[in-house]
Amino acid sequence: MTVFSLNETLLLAVLLFVVGLAGILVRRNLLFMLMSLDIMLNAAALVFVAAGAKWHDASGQVMFLMILALAAVETAVGLAVILRLHASGRPTLDADSGNLLRG
Amino acid sequence: MAEILLSLVVVIPLAASVILFLSAGRLSGFLIGAIACGAISLSAIFSAILAGLLHSQLSPSLHVFFWEWMRTADFSTGIGFTLDPLSLVMILIVTWVGLLIHLYATRYMAGDPGLARFFGCMTLFVASMLLLVLSSDLLCMFIGWEGVGLCSYLLIGFWYTEPANLAAARKAFIITRVGDAAMLCGLLLLATEASSLQVDTLLQTVTAAKISQSALTFSTLLILVGTLAKSAQLPFQSWLPDAMAGPTPTSALIHAATMVTAGIYLIARLHVLFTATPLVLTIMAVVGTLTLFLAACNALVQSDLKRILAWSTVSQLGYMFLALGTGLWQVALFHLMTHAFFKALLFLCAGAIITRVHHEQDIFRMGGLFRTMPGIALAFLAGATSLAGFPLLTAGFYSKELILSSVWNASFFLAPDLILSGHVFWVVALAGAFLTSLYISRCFLLVFMGKAKTHESGQTPLLMAIPLGCLSFLALFGGMMEMPDALAHVHLFTEMVDPAHALPSADEPLWLLLVGGGIPVLGALLAWIFWGQRNPVLHETSDEPAPPQTSQPVPILAACLLPLFRIPSWLGRYDFPARLSKGVSILINGMNTFALQFRACIFMNVSHQTLMTLRQGNLLMAYTQNGRVRWYAAWIAGGLCASLALAGLT
Repeated sequence: MTVFSLNETLLLAVLLFVVGLAGILVRRNLLFMLMSLDIMLNAAALVFVAAGAKWHDASGQVMFLMILALAAVETAVGLAVILRLHASGRPTLDADSGNLLRG
Repeated sequence: MAEILLSLVVVIPLAASVILFLSAGRLSGFLIGAIACGAISLSAIFSAILAGLLHSQLSPSLHVFFWEWMRTADFSTGIGFTLDPLSLVMILIVTWVGLLIHLYATRYMAGDPGLARFFGCMTLFVASMLLLVLSSDLLCMFIGWEGVGLCSYLLIGFWYTEPANLAAARKAFIITRVGDAAMLCGLLLLATEASSLQVDTLLQTVTAAKISQSALTFSTLLILVGTLAKSAQLPFQSWLPDAMAGPTPTSALIHAATMVTAGIYLIARLHVLFTATPLVLTIMAVVGTLTLFLAACNALVQSDLKRILAWSTVSQLGYMFLALGTGLWQVALFHLMTHAFFKALLFLCAGAIITRVHHEQDIFRMGGLFRTMPGIALAFLAGATSLAGFPLLTAGFYSKELILSSVWNASFFLAPDLILSGHVFWVVALAGAFLTSLYISRCFLLVFMGKAKTHESGQTPLLMAIPLGCLSFLALFGGMMEMPDALAHVHLFTEMVDPAHALPSADEPLWLLLVGGGIPVLGALLAWIFWGQRNPVLHETSDEPAPPQTSQPVPILAACLLPLFRIPSWLGRYDFPARLSKGVSILINGMNTFALQFRACIFMNVSHQTLMTLRQGNLLMAYTQNGRVRWYAAWIAGGLCASLALAGLT
């Protein structure tokens, strides 16, 4: 098993984060935006795990579990919002079309 | 014992408001009124007991500490109350005047569908004001400060189906919010400099000169802006007359007991800070003087009964700021007290009049009401003479006289070798007193004397008459606890509020007192000549009343100077009798034309430019808020990249 150094892991995390950010900025589909958000969260979690491994501290893993739970909740809420939007008769998943307060 | 009472004074109205808000129409009208009045009266009784306790105790103040709010390495803040003579006077005014207003309101608002909401807001209003007054920490005080702003918004827009009321409510909220932002900045600056917002610690730090002078000046200036907005002083004055949209008891509460007095109280509470920055005191006095004069001019040309009273409040608050500017905060507090009595009385009278003449507010359409409602007329007369400061008989005379004499003796700091004498301010304040007497006498004569022009029906119920009676008594005799030396050596009020520092007993000449007492009588005489006789010298050229004052946005500069231009146009609206030479009317017409031209040339231009700049700025800002999530995310990402680059490069 190869052991990655902290720098390499950080680089990977930054790459993941940038991929997620680019996804959010470029994609207009709400589903894909949610997925990109999860990628960004995972990048953050990866940093925690790497830091925990580096300093031999369990808090990194604890934070990872917390982020995992957070990501699950966020996805659930996001999907629920999308379903409600669909139920109220919105024909599209385009995020830019929902910029007005009236439904 | 005293600690529990002190917390109950605030908690009981708060609890009442929570109960009323949660009742959601399940309570009967009688029960709602009973809960609100019961809560305020308990609070009033407790504050009276506290006054007795504080008087019998040797220590001059009482501290209660409840809990610590937050603590960091070099800053901590807590929730606690302080009762000293200053806050004692305030809670007595707030609870007792508030109680009378609540009693009146139970009858005035009876049958309104939103009764529970109304009394919930009113009790919350009183509770926030008490919190503001009693808290020993400025951050805790800020909660009350914001609570007062919120309640005034809710009450001004109480009848929310009228768009005009909502506009007035929003205006009050936004204008006071501008001041609140400045005030918060001032508080934060103080917190970083003095590392505490506890009032006692703060005052000690300032006395020991541990804060740099520039930081102190800057923070007091910011706090001053906050208080100016709250107390409707010059650049911010326009919200208060519009606040008339609310129910009349609300106006009485806003003008007399809560809200606008908060600014005066805060400066009195922090007077040590302001004394350390003489320049800010001078600014305060200048703003107060300008406001008292211009607001009095404005009150003179109004035709709406409640608006006259509103402008007179702005003017009287100007007197208080002038008194604060001399550094004698006790004087301002004394005027605050007498003003609370007579202004609450005037508003409640106005409410009673307006309900009995079928919601007519135009004074030119009233008249001859003395015959049909003598009781209310006498109460209004008590309030009006007190506002005008009729000598010897009224409370307003003693407080206004005290302000005038302390202004005469004061000197104002401009630059290290430039001291402004108080005589200049005294002259303007005296002119303001003359105008005050003129406009309130005009109001009284037009409403109660002359020919009857409206139908009047009904009776004023007992529950509304009792508060009027109590307030009339206070407005007449409430000022006798403090008298000028020339009359009698009575200084009960200032000795009670600040036993350590008695007022400097200057040997003021007797003619000062005579002038101060004579001016209101002179104003009333002039008003009698103009409007009071059987065939008044001045009568309106047209029967239709002046157009109602709309609440359209007027740029600040123009709004400040508008009253100056209104006087010629107001004079021009009258037919002058032939015995006044024609030259006068030509002169006045010329002045009028000149003023209009001047206004059209300069102010319209300036205001138009300001408006256009603001509108374009608004468009630019609105463009960034387009509601698109990706756009916001891009801004966040861009900001992150920029700050990372900045951190990496430096």
